[in-house]
Amino acid sequence: MSGAGREDALIVEGLSVRYFTRKGEVRAVDNVSLTAGPGDYLGIVGESGSGKSTLGYALLNLVPPPGKIVSGKVIVRGKNMLELKGEELRRARGSLVAMVFQDPFTTLDPVRTVGDQIKEVMTEHGVSKEEAEERIPGLLESVGLPARLAKSYPHQLSGGQRQRVSIAMAVALRPAVLVADEPTTALDVVVQRQIMDLIESVRRMGTTVILITHDIALAAQRVEKMAVMYAGKVVEYGPKDAVLRNPAHPYTRALLNSVPGLKVSKWPEPIPGFPPNLINPPPGCRFHPRCRHTTDTCRREEPPIIKVGPKHYASCWLLSRR
Amino acid sequence: MLSELLGKRLDKLSNLPLTIPRKGRGMVYFGLGVVIAVVFMALAAPLLTPYDPTRTVGMPFTPPSLQHPMGTNKLGMDMWSRILYGARTVLYVVFSAIAVCMVVGIPLGLVSGYFGGKLDRGLSMVMDAIYSFPSLVLAIALAVALGPSLMNAAIAIAVVYIPTYFRMVRGQVLSVKSEQFIEEAKVLGLPTGRILLKHILPHLIPTIMVVFSLNAADAVLTEAALSFLGLSVQFPTPDWGYDLYLGRGFLLSGYWWLVFFPGLMITLLAVGFALIGEGLSEQVRREVG
Repeated sequence: MSGAGREDALIVEGLSVRYFTRKGEVRAVDNVSLTAGPGDYLGIVGESGSGKSTLGYALLNLVPPPGKIVSGKVIVRGKNMLELKGEELRRARGSLVAMVFQDPFTTLDPVRTVGDQIKEVMTEHGVSKEEAEERIPGLLESVGLPARLAKSYPHQLSGGQRQRVSIAMAVALRPAVLVADEPTTALDVVVQRQIMDLIESVRRMGTTVILITHDIALAAQRVEKMAVMYAGKVVEYGPKDAVLRNPAHPYTRALLNSVPGLKVSKWPEPIPGFPPNLINPPPGCRFHPRCRHTTDTCRREEPPIIKVGPKHYASCWLLSRR
Repeated sequence: MLSELLGKRLDKLSNLPLTIPRKGRGMVYFGLGVVIAVVFMALAAPLLTPYDPTRTVGMPFTPPSLQHPMGTNKLGMDMWSRILYGARTVLYVVFSAIAVCMVVGIPLGLVSGYFGGKLDRGLSMVMDAIYSFPSLVLAIALAVALGPSLMNAAIAIAVVYIPTYFRMVRGQVLSVKSEQFIEEAKVLGLPTGRILLKHILPHLIPTIMVVFSLNAADAVLTEAALSFLGLSVQFPTPDWGYDLYLGRGFLLSGYWWLVFFPGLMITLLAVGFALIGEGLSEQVRREVG
């Protein structure tokens, strides 16, 4: 197990999450598999409602009700997050996998000091009070904040500073995996860049970073590997350059064409139609109603996962007939 | 649970946004003035009067005079002394009842609101059932069932008001628990007990204070009602509600001081608590809105 752990900090296998609502089961994440080594930088991109945030929560085994993880494995440093229970699971959160959220204005408790909140994360994971207090100044400095801010309350900080505090809390225990769910969406572009640089530095210390974003341009600048999600499924997965330069899946191509600036010569093209209703996803390939290459097979059967390059996979019938 | 909160975290309470807005300030200060005055009367009773409130110290039915500022009752007991020592009785009953309410109602509300599910439904049903009774009728019924004594009156009052705390805390927990920082605490692997005590409870304190004050006003009246009916202290222990009962028969004889002073004190104390609550709720409402 430890041998595999060295190679892959994170292995996700056949992960499916459903929301059991009154209207029916929403298949938010459907049979997703991913791997990432220590220090890897993996981007998960997709539209709103593609299941990318749910996937992020599932990595912590913390899908909010009525959601349920119905199958799969999430193995972090050799431990399956989905099999952990009670105290073990609680301790795994924060020390194996941690998460940074989108809105830094609401993620910190307004009535407690920053230092208090960081300290709490450590002491509740078995670090002694004295050691935690000793580590706080260094930790704050490592995220680019002066140590004196430990005594401040969140409302005294700017958005960027608060996001830095969130990151300090998330990395306080040196987790193997850091899930960053739209970490810069609520920030202006200058601060956005600083925060992304900070996340990059966290990655360089050996933490696997999962960047969840709808901003494919942002992901393009930063990540090494990219997974494109559509309607709860990973439709394409591979090294960033391969995915961006030779997108194999029609959805990835459409997504890239819909973003201004990435392909300079072209006017952005919207993807026709809407994302499907995940209670009754379209049979066969979920993208087929919006795809311009749809065939009968696409309507009937789910496409296989096909290797289209080194470590580059896509799930589309077009590729299998090649 | 509560001792940890009170002991270690009291220093942090000063950080809570509890500045009283101008609109409610007068009410709060007036109310606080009244309540503090009554507490002072209770504590300093032996210094403020030379008489034992349970002994005959003068002629019966002496009108207010320099010697007996509030007159004497039919047994020649000094009414001023009875008012002073009566403050002890009412505060004792009200505060112990509210302490029980808080110790029971707040944790139940926290747990019920946070975990939800069957436990929540069960507890809410029980609490709503209690709440659906008219509070005074229920308090009287309980006090009768338990038998007349000071402690039983306190218990009866406590039972009646537990649902108030429960419902308020539960409702607040429902709104606070959906805040992002609670999600953050879960994501970082903080234990549930800690989330409840350190991340949710502090946000409830302003509301708890409002409910406490409004509730205390109610409890003062309920206590007076119970002792008026003879369901609380036993004569000759001084108690405002019971003195009201004793004096009631002599109102037509013109001995107004027998009912006027106890009645005045009950009203003042109830209004005092109510004003604190109203003034503070002005603030809480502003925060919520």
